[in-house]
Amino acid sequence: MSHPAAYRASHTAYATATAAASATHLSKVYGQGETRVVALDSVSVTFRKAEFTAIMGPSGSGKSTLMHCMAGLDSVSSGSARIGDVELSALKDKHLTQLRRDKVGFIFQAFNLLPTLNAAENITLPMDIAGTKPDPDWLRHVIDTVGLSGRMSHRPAQLSGGQQQRVACARALASRPEIVFADEPTGNLDSRSGAEILSFLRDSVRELGQTIVMVTHDPVAASYADRVIYLADGRIVDELLRPTAEDVLDRMPRPAGHPR
Amino acid sequence: MFRTALRNVLAHKARLMMTALAVLLGVAFVSGTLIFSDSVGSAFRNRMTKSLADVAVSVDSTDGSGKGGKSALDARLADRIRALPGVSSLRASVDGTTIVADKHGNAIGNAWGSLGANYAPGPDGKDSRYPLKEGHAPANSREVALDTKTARHAGAGIGDTVRLATDGPVLTKKLVGIVTTDDPRVTSGGSLALFDTATAQRLFLTPGHFTELVVSAKPGADQARLTRQVQDVLPKEGAEARGGAELAAEQSRAIDAETRAIANTLLVFAGIALFVGIFIIANTFTMLIAQRTRELALLRAVGASRRQVTRSVLVEAGVLGLVASVAGLVLGLGIAVGLRSFLNITGAELPDGPLVVSPGAVLSSLAVGVAVTVLAAWLPSRKAAKIAPVEALSTVDQAPSVRSLRVRNAIGILLTALGVLTMLYVATLKDSGGLVPAMAGSALTMAGVIVLAPLLSRPMVSLAGRVSTRLFGVTGKLAKENALRNPRRTAATASALMIGLTLITGLTVAGTSANEGMDKIAGQDLTADYAVSMATFGGLSPDVAKKVAGTPGVAAAVPIRSVGFQIKGAPALMTGTDVSAIAEVTHLTFTSGSAEGLGSGGVAVSETTAKAHGWKVGDRAELDFYEGGKEHPRIRGIYADNDVVDDAVASTRLASRHISPAKDDKVLIKAAPGRAEGLDKDIKAALGGNPAIKVQDRAQLRREDAGEIDTILNMMYGLLGMAVVIAVVGVVNTLAMSVFERTREIGMLRAIGLARSGVKQMVRLESVVISLFGAALGIGLGIFLAWSSGHLLRSSFPQYSMTVPWDRIGLFVLIAIVVGVLAAVWPARRAARLNTLEAISAQ
Ligand SMILES: Nc1ncnc2c1ncn2[C@@H]1O[C@H](COP(=O)(O)OP(=O)(O)OP(=O)(O)O)[C@@H](O)[C@H]1O
Ligand SMILES: [Mg+2]
Repeated sequence: MSHPAAYRASHTAYATATAAASATHLSKVYGQGETRVVALDSVSVTFRKAEFTAIMGPSGSGKSTLMHCMAGLDSVSSGSARIGDVELSALKDKHLTQLRRDKVGFIFQAFNLLPTLNAAENITLPMDIAGTKPDPDWLRHVIDTVGLSGRMSHRPAQLSGGQQQRVACARALASRPEIVFADEPTGNLDSRSGAEILSFLRDSVRELGQTIVMVTHDPVAASYADRVIYLADGRIVDELLRPTAEDVLDRMPRPAGHPR
Repeated sequence: MFRTALRNVLAHKARLMMTALAVLLGVAFVSGTLIFSDSVGSAFRNRMTKSLADVAVSVDSTDGSGKGGKSALDARLADRIRALPGVSSLRASVDGTTIVADKHGNAIGNAWGSLGANYAPGPDGKDSRYPLKEGHAPANSREVALDTKTARHAGAGIGDTVRLATDGPVLTKKLVGIVTTDDPRVTSGGSLALFDTATAQRLFLTPGHFTELVVSAKPGADQARLTRQVQDVLPKEGAEARGGAELAAEQSRAIDAETRAIANTLLVFAGIALFVGIFIIANTFTMLIAQRTRELALLRAVGASRRQVTRSVLVEAGVLGLVASVAGLVLGLGIAVGLRSFLNITGAELPDGPLVVSPGAVLSSLAVGVAVTVLAAWLPSRKAAKIAPVEALSTVDQAPSVRSLRVRNAIGILLTALGVLTMLYVATLKDSGGLVPAMAGSALTMAGVIVLAPLLSRPMVSLAGRVSTRLFGVTGKLAKENALRNPRRTAATASALMIGLTLITGLTVAGTSANEGMDKIAGQDLTADYAVSMATFGGLSPDVAKKVAGTPGVAAAVPIRSVGFQIKGAPALMTGTDVSAIAEVTHLTFTSGSAEGLGSGGVAVSETTAKAHGWKVGDRAELDFYEGGKEHPRIRGIYADNDVVDDAVASTRLASRHISPAKDDKVLIKAAPGRAEGLDKDIKAALGGNPAIKVQDRAQLRREDAGEIDTILNMMYGLLGMAVVIAVVGVVNTLAMSVFERTREIGMLRAIGLARSGVKQMVRLESVVISLFGAALGIGLGIFLAWSSGHLLRSSFPQYSMTVPWDRIGLFVLIAIVVGVLAAVWPARRAARLNTLEAISAQ
């Protein structure tokens, strides 16, 4: 399935019922004329429920752009992006915001937490914004899983980088979103803290049935995923299922001009 | 260094905008004041010079005024002066107070500017003071001329009948001419009526007498010599001659003193506004330096000395101050022009003239603006110098400096304690001798609270935050946390607002309490329904009381006249009145004796007077009247001090022996039961609709004083308004900084689902929380200072007791909330418009 055309053919075969989010012929163009950049070029992809997908690709290949478009943070130029069966391009800012609040979880590379709130408050922030009450059992479960039960009253400044990212993970999962997007969540962490986060994400998929899409540059990180999608120049160029780190490294698209 | 500073200023244009605005407004206030007072002063001087242009010598009468009086300036003297060599012409004038009635029989203009004069034609047949616009000059006793404005208010045209009064009954005359005038008494809210000379003399003096002789010299005549010659022919007493030059110099000095006094008052408020600006400037530079820590550390690492770093910051401040001050100067010009038109619209009639922009005004405005900015940036610049070179290497995001507030708090507590103790001491004082400690104590307390504000911010903002969290949920909570994040900045922002509000609250409480006190005076002792008095300063003819008494519906018309006397050298006042009816119009409470026997030559004295001289009922009082003559009446009663009557009460007959001409100060009226309503119209009608006679009801009597206090209070509000506006600019500034610094946080909040409206609400609530903090400090402090200083009035104004006008205070709180919401409009919009993606990836 390394050929894009073949991939596309198989994609249409998926029943939408199993899709947490999907893109169809999704294009994103920045700028005009001289400065025109096609960040995404007719990308079609489905993120299945309870699947952990890693997106890889060289810098500037459009990974973040794809994620932002899928998460309703950025508008699309053409094509469609859906979360569940909601078409994002049809939504105005207000409803997009609501959708992000209720259905999407985010983990960024850095600066995930509000410094003025403690860990517990940061975790329940999306629900506080929505004005809903968190499910206490679920919350306890999530907090136990990230292993931060003793740190809930600490402010971010009192937590290590790894701990902060774990709080961010807990926040992303606490409201049981339909899908979690993570942009290089381990980018700023040492390998041990990174591994903790990644196992946690993988476990939440396996045990809690969470859907996660993660952008990463790190083949080891990608090997935690169920599926790896390769992007290059705004197109999906390859896909790998149940990868090991070696597989991932092996399938990395070579920079242009270097034959495989 | 200068180039770097300039580049820094340009680079931070947007962030410096609000700071520049604060400086600009302060400087505009200063320069506007200076230019306005210079221009008005010069215009007044020009007009004065013009009106004195052909005055070589002016001879004034120094006594004998009023109808029937004789002045030293009579026709014979005028002729003698006219015959002197060097005299080309002489204008003999006579003037006095004349009240002109409008259509409803009410007086036009204020009493002190209601001028009546003779039309004194010069050699050309015209009176140069009063150029005729329409009609002709009054030529006989049935004719009158008015100035344009008076005629308009009277609704009269040429040929119409005009009703007016000097100090006697109403006069009706035919309007034959309309003139213009630049007499300041008339232009600043008075009125003018012109008569022919014989009529004016009859109304204001005695036929053949004048109040002023103005001499014009022949070309080439020496003014000083002419003055001496005129002085030689004057009688020994009752007249005074001065040369035109001397007169001009004198008036010029008076104009200068007056404009300078006004300018100084305004400058005090400009100073307050600039002082408020200091907080905003300091806030901004603190933030800029915190943001530039790494850059400044790098400068230090490559060898810049501490002094150079400090200087670079100060130069930057200087550049900002200069640019803002220049802009402020331009706005100041606008203010000067606008102020003049505004005052003219409200009836001030300031003379026209070019705008005078003196180099002194320009330089001092610029200097003040630059100095204030540099001064405010001084502390932050010292912080910049303390940045260690190694901080250039640190890669951690610079957290806002969390230097301990311990020293600051200690100083704050000390200052506040000193201030509060001083004010508590002031509260034990009784008279205005405590003014200096009161001012020092107020300044200390304010300074202390400003220094303590960061400490106070935590509990107070938390409290406000708890309410906002309860009401608005998570945005309220985030707003509170944001306001608490940088206590120094929040405190400085709130302090700026506090200063204006402290003064406003203090003045409001004092003004309201004074009004209440006056109400007490007016209401306590007075039981009359109406009071009749003269709008001019003369007294009422005794006829008035008789006429009023005969009006149906009037139960009692009690004349009141005061006469001065001495008791063993101590001055006192006696009220001469209808002793049988005085009880109708005031509660006269006798502590011993009674009012009986006053009708047959006795007196009653007030408790204070009796105590002062050890008098008892039955003693003989020794009264030594100013007009000459002594009386030793028997004391029949002693009454509790009363505001309607003076130190002693006697019959009209007794008092009148020492008053000439015998006139009443006022007539107090008690209406027959159920007839009070609308009785004033009947009284007015009974008095022939005389515009010179005022008929006031109780509310009007009360309002006479209250109105004055309210006017002053409104003026203060206007002047302190600028300080509040600058404080609001400070809130905007702080919020803009806060939004700027939290770009990424806001982006993250937007990403995880906070709507734009939520972001706006968060910023708005932060603004309201800060504003309310400032309002709470200001209102609390204002009430405290007003309470403690109020005691100084205890001896001179015993009816004064503190009343807090809670409705006004509530209004101030409401205004603080509105101010908070308004200040947040722009920063909140900016925050909400932030592009989520860009915000997330912002550095
Ligand atoms: N706001 C923007 N305006 C213009 N071009 C943009 C913008 N954002 C991204 N691009 C361009 O779109 C392309 C894809 O960018 P994107 O950030 O998605 O890459 P990426 O795969 O996430 O790279 P990296 O691994 O470096 O994060 C790049 O060529 C980038 O220059
Ligand atoms: Mg990226």
